[in-house]
Amino acid sequence: MEMILLFAPLIGSLICGFGHRIIGEKAAMIVSTGGLFLAAILSWVMFLTFHGDAYTITIFRFIESGTLSSNWAIRIDRLTVIMLIVINTVSALVHLYSWGYMDKDPQWKEGESYKPRFFAYLSFFTFAMLMLVTSDNLLQMFFGWEGVGVASYLLIGFYYRKPSAGAAAMKAFIVNRVGDFGFALGIFGLFYLSDSINFDVVLDPHNAEALAARTFHFLSWEMNALEVITMLLFIGAMGKSAQLMLHTWLPDAMEGPTPVSALIHAATMVTAGVFMVCRLSPLMEYATFTPNFIVLIGATTAFFAATVGLVQNDIKRVIAYSTCSQLGYMFVAAGVGAYGVAMFHLFTHAFFKAMLFLGAGSVIHAMHHEQDMRNYGGLRKKIPFTFAAMMIGTLAITGVGIPATLFTLGDTPIGFAGFLSKDAIIESAYGAGTGVAQYAFVMLVIAAAMTSFYSWRLIFMTFYGKPRGDAHTHDHAHESPLNMLIPLGVLAVGSIFAGMVWHGDFFGHHWEEFFGSSIYANHDTNHVIHDAHAVAGWVKNAPFFAMLFGFIMAMWFYIWSPENPAKLAKQQHGLYQFFLNKWYFDELYDILFVRSSKWLGNFLWKKGDGAVIDGGINGLTMGIIPFITRKYQAIQSGFLFHYAFVMVIGVVVIVTWFALTGGSH
Amino acid sequence: MDNLLSIVIFLPSLAALILAIVLRGEDAASQKNAKVLALVATIATFVISIPLLTQFDPSNTGFQFVEEADWLAGLKYKVGLDGISILFVMLTTFLMPIVIGACWTVTTRVKEYMIMFLILETMMLAVFSSLDIILFYVVFEAGLIPMFLIVGIWGGKNRIYAAFKLFLYTLLGSVLMLIAIIYMWFEAGTTDIPTLMQHQFASENMVILGFTIVGGIQTLLFLGFFASFAVKMPMWPVHTWLPDAHVQAPTAGSVVLAAILLKMGGYGFLRFCLPMFPVGSESLATFVMTLSVIAIIYTSLVALVQEDMKKLIAYSSVAHMGFVTMGIFTMNQQGLDGAIFQMLSHGFISAALFLGVGVIYDRMHTRDIDAYGGLVIRMPVYALIFMLFTMANVGLPGTSGFVGEFLTLTAAFKANTWIAFGATTGVILSAGYALWLYRRVVFGDLIKESLKSITDMDMREKLMMTPLVIMTLLLGIYPALILDLIGPSVSALLEQVHAAQGVVMDAAPAAAH
Repeated sequence: MEMILLFAPLIGSLICGFGHRIIGEKAAMIVSTGGLFLAAILSWVMFLTFHGDAYTITIFRFIESGTLSSNWAIRIDRLTVIMLIVINTVSALVHLYSWGYMDKDPQWKEGESYKPRFFAYLSFFTFAMLMLVTSDNLLQMFFGWEGVGVASYLLIGFYYRKPSAGAAAMKAFIVNRVGDFGFALGIFGLFYLSDSINFDVVLDPHNAEALAARTFHFLSWEMNALEVITMLLFIGAMGKSAQLMLHTWLPDAMEGPTPVSALIHAATMVTAGVFMVCRLSPLMEYATFTPNFIVLIGATTAFFAATVGLVQNDIKRVIAYSTCSQLGYMFVAAGVGAYGVAMFHLFTHAFFKAMLFLGAGSVIHAMHHEQDMRNYGGLRKKIPFTFAAMMIGTLAITGVGIPATLFTLGDTPIGFAGFLSKDAIIESAYGAGTGVAQYAFVMLVIAAAMTSFYSWRLIFMTFYGKPRGDAHTHDHAHESPLNMLIPLGVLAVGSIFAGMVWHGDFFGHHWEEFFGSSIYANHDTNHVIHDAHAVAGWVKNAPFFAMLFGFIMAMWFYIWSPENPAKLAKQQHGLYQFFLNKWYFDELYDILFVRSSKWLGNFLWKKGDGAVIDGGINGLTMGIIPFITRKYQAIQSGFLFHYAFVMVIGVVVIVTWFALTGGSH
Repeated sequence: MDNLLSIVIFLPSLAALILAIVLRGEDAASQKNAKVLALVATIATFVISIPLLTQFDPSNTGFQFVEEADWLAGLKYKVGLDGISILFVMLTTFLMPIVIGACWTVTTRVKEYMIMFLILETMMLAVFSSLDIILFYVVFEAGLIPMFLIVGIWGGKNRIYAAFKLFLYTLLGSVLMLIAIIYMWFEAGTTDIPTLMQHQFASENMVILGFTIVGGIQTLLFLGFFASFAVKMPMWPVHTWLPDAHVQAPTAGSVVLAAILLKMGGYGFLRFCLPMFPVGSESLATFVMTLSVIAIIYTSLVALVQEDMKKLIAYSSVAHMGFVTMGIFTMNQQGLDGAIFQMLSHGFISAALFLGVGVIYDRMHTRDIDAYGGLVIRMPVYALIFMLFTMANVGLPGTSGFVGEFLTLTAAFKANTWIAFGATTGVILSAGYALWLYRRVVFGDLIKESLKSITDMDMREKLMMTPLVIMTLLLGIYPALILDLIGPSVSALLEQVHAAQGVVMDAAPAAAH
C-alpha cells in the first residue's frame, strides 16, 4: 500500500507527460488525476487505521561511501501520515479543479498542448513532496526538498512566454537554494558529528544530548555542536517556508497558475519547513538558542507579512502574504516546543488556505483573468458558490468561534478550523513564558487583528460594493463549472470541521499518545502544552477580540466609509509606501546580491582573468603567441596542418631521444 | 582473452590507420565512409570494452588485465586497470561514439578529422590504463597534439590563438612533470607505476635558499606533477586557456575536451600524487583545497556574466572540477569517492551541455545567448533535455551531478569547515548562472525573426543524447553502481596513503632530536 501510495503520482506524471501523444490529452489527464485520487484514498485509509508505531520499508540503496550510508525508504509514523493526507487530499482536489481552471487558458494559442504538461508537473510535485515526508534519512529528505523546488520552478514558470514568470521561477529556485545551502551544511555537520544521516541514529535523544554537550570548531570559532547544526538546518526551513529574509520569492511565485498556488505555495511545499522542525524535534529539544531564534523569526514574519498584506491589491498576493504570515505562526509553535500544535495549524491551514486560493482562482476565472481587486466589487450575486466558499475560508482563517472561556463541548471549543489551531498557538506562546515567547505572543495577537482586517478587506472589495473596472467583464462574470466547485465544497467541510474533530488529538491531553515516537518532548524542560491549557482567560480571549477588531476596522474602511483607505494612504504616505513596497526587501537584495555579484563577476572576468592572469602568464611565458598569430593570421589552415604534423614528428623524436639516453644510463 | 585491454586501446588507432591508407577522395561519399568507419570503430571499441567491466573484480584492489611487453630502448609497455582507472576507460569508450556522432555535420577534411579523434581515443585510453610512468608521460603529452589540431584546424575564427594557448599552457606544465619523472626514475630505479606507488621517497624537510620545505623531495616532486595536472584540470589560476579553447573548438572537440581530457588531471592526482607523495600531498592539501574553493566561487561568478553559451559552460566546468580537486585533497573516503563520481558525472553532463549548444549552433551559427529566446515554443524536446542537464549541472538530487558534489562537500566539512562553507556557496551560484542561461535561451516568447523556423532535434541528435540522459538519471538514483566499484580501491589507496603519512609523522619527532 505504501508503495502504491508513493509511486502512483510518479507513474501518473510520467504517463501523462510522455504518453499524452499516444493515449491522448484527456486520457493522460485522467491517469494523472486518477493516480492522485488513489493516493488520497489510501492516505486516508492509512491515517485512520494507523496504530501509532513507526515502521520503515526499504526500497533500495542510495549513496553509500565509507561510513555514510543511506537508502531510498518509506518511513511511516504519525507525522508522515498527517502529511500524507494533507498532501494527497489537496493535490487530488487541485488536480480535479485544474480540469476546469486550465481549460481554454487564454495564455496559450490555438492548438498548443499545455494541459498534460501541467498535470504531469503537478503529479511530479506530489511525488517529490511524498519523498520528502516519507524519508527515513536526511539525504532522501533533501532529494524531496529540492525535487519540490524544481516542480515549483517549473510551475511558476509555466507561462513561459511571460518574462515575469521566468524571472519569478528563477528567483524562487535561487532563494530556496540559499536556504538549501544551510540545509546542506547542516547535513554535513550532522554526519561529521554523529557519523550517520539516518533518522534512527541522529534523532535518537541520546545522540541529541551528546551533541548538546559537545563543541566543535566551526569556521573560526569553537561552538556548541547542536546549536550550529540546528541553526544550519533551520536556514533550510526558512527558505522553503518563506520566512523573513528568505521570503521574497513567495509573492512572486504567484506568477504560476492559481491551482499551483493553492497546492504548492499554500498547503504543502511551503509547510515543509515546519514539518522539518517537527521531524527534528529531538534535536530542537536539546538546543536552546535555535528554538528561540525560530520563535523570533516566526513571530516577526507573522507580523511583517500581515502588514504587507494589508495594502496589496492583487488578490493572489494578499493570500500569499497571508500564507507567509500563517507559516510564521506555525514556527512560533514549533519553536516553543508545541510541535503538535504546529502540525495542527499546518493541517487546518492546508484546508482553508487551499480553499481561499482555489476560491480566488474561481473569482479570477469568472473575471477573465483579472486579478486586481480594485476592478472587482459586488460579485456575490454573480458567483454565489464561490462567495460562500470564500466566506467559509475567511471565517476559518480569521479564527471565528465561540471563546473557550464561554462555552466548550467537552474539552473542545466550538469554531472554524483556524480558530482552534491559531488560538492553540497563541496560548502556547503565552504559556511558554520565555522572553522571546512573550514577544511572539504580542506579535501574533497583533497579526491576528491584521489577518482579520486584510481577509475581510479581500471579501468586501471582491464581493461587496459596486462593480468597478471593466463593465463588460463584470457583465460576463459567471460561476465556475462543477469540477471547480466540488473541490471547494470538500475543502469547505475541512475548513469548518477539521479543527473541532482533531483538536483533542493534536492539542489535547493525550497528544503524546497520538504522536507516539514521531515527536519527542523532553519532559524535564518542556511543559508548554500543559502550561498552554492553564493560561488566564484574557489570554484565551485575546485572539478573539483581535479578530473582532480587525473585522470592525474592515467594515468601517470598506463598507461604511469606503473613501477612508485613500485618505489614510495619503495621510500616512510613508508608511503606506513602505508596506506597499514590502518593506523594500527586493530593492535591498537587488543591490546587495544581484547587482554586486554581477559586478564582481564582470570584474573577475575582465580584470582577473583578462588583465592579471592572461596578461601575466601571456606576458611572461607566451609573449610568442601574439607574434605567432600575427605572423600566421593570413595563412590558410592547410599550412597549419603541415606545420603541426612536423610538430608531431618533432615531439616523437624528442621523447624517443629522452628514452634512449635515459635507457642507456 | 589475455590482451583484451590492448585490443581496446589500439582498435581506434587501427581504424585510423585504415582510414589514412585506404580512403581517398574528398567527395560526399568518401566523407560519409570516413564517418561511418569511425563510428563503427568507436562502437566496436565500446562493445569490446564491456567485458573489462563485467570481468572486473571490485574486491581485488590490485591491478587487473595487466599486460607487459618490451617497447623501444629498454622501456616497457605495461597496462592494467584498477577500480579507479576502469571507469575512466569505460567513460572514454562510452562517449567516443557520441563524439563521432557530433562530427556528422562537418564537411571539411573529414578523413583527417576522424583520424584525429580515433588517435585521440587511443591516447586517452592509454593514459588511463598505463602502468609505466614513461609510457604515461608519452601518451599524456601526445594526446595533446590531436586536440591541438582539432581546435587549430576545425575551430572557429580565433582558433589559432586558442590552439596555441591550449598547447603551450599544458606543455609548460608538463615540463616540470617530466623533470620530476626523470628524478623518480633515477631515484627509484624503475618506471613501473605499481612499484613506484610502494616506493617511499624521502620526505625530510629541506632548506633551499633559506626557505624550509616541509616534506622535502616529496613536496618538490608533488609540485612537479601538480603543475601539469593543475593546468589540465584546470585549476584556478591556470584555467584561462579552457574557455578560449572551448569557444574556438568544434562541438565534438569541446565534448572530448570537457568530458574526457579534463579528467586526466584528476586521474593523475589519484594515480601519482596521492600514493607516491603522501607527505607532499599532506603538506599541500590545504593549499590545493583553497585553490579549489577559489575556483568554485570565482569561476561561478564569472560564468554569471558570460554572453557566450560555450564560455559560460566552460567556466562552469572549471567550477565543477574545483569540487574534484577539493574532494581528492580531503584525503578521506567520501572525498575520493565523490571526486571520482563527480568526474564521471561531469563527463556525461558536460558532454550533453556542449552537444546541446552544438544543436542550436548548427542551426543558427551563433553562440550568443542574446540571439536566442523562446526556443521551447518550437523545440519542446530540446527544451526538456536541456532542462534535465541544466538541473544536473546545478547538482539536483536524483541526477548524477548531486552525488559527487554531496560527497566531496561532506568530506570537505570533515577536513575544514571554511573550505566546505565556501564551496557550498557554489550550490547557490551554479543555480544562478545555469538558470539564467536557460531562461534567456529557452524561456520567453519566440519573437526573433531568425528563430521562427528553427526545428527541433532530429533523430541523430536524440540518439546522441539518449545514452547521456540514461546515465545521468541512473547514476543519480542508484549511485551504488559506481560507488561499489571504486569503494575498495579507494579505501586501499587511502590506507596506504595514511600509513605512509603515519610512518613519517611518527618518525618526525625522532628526527628532530
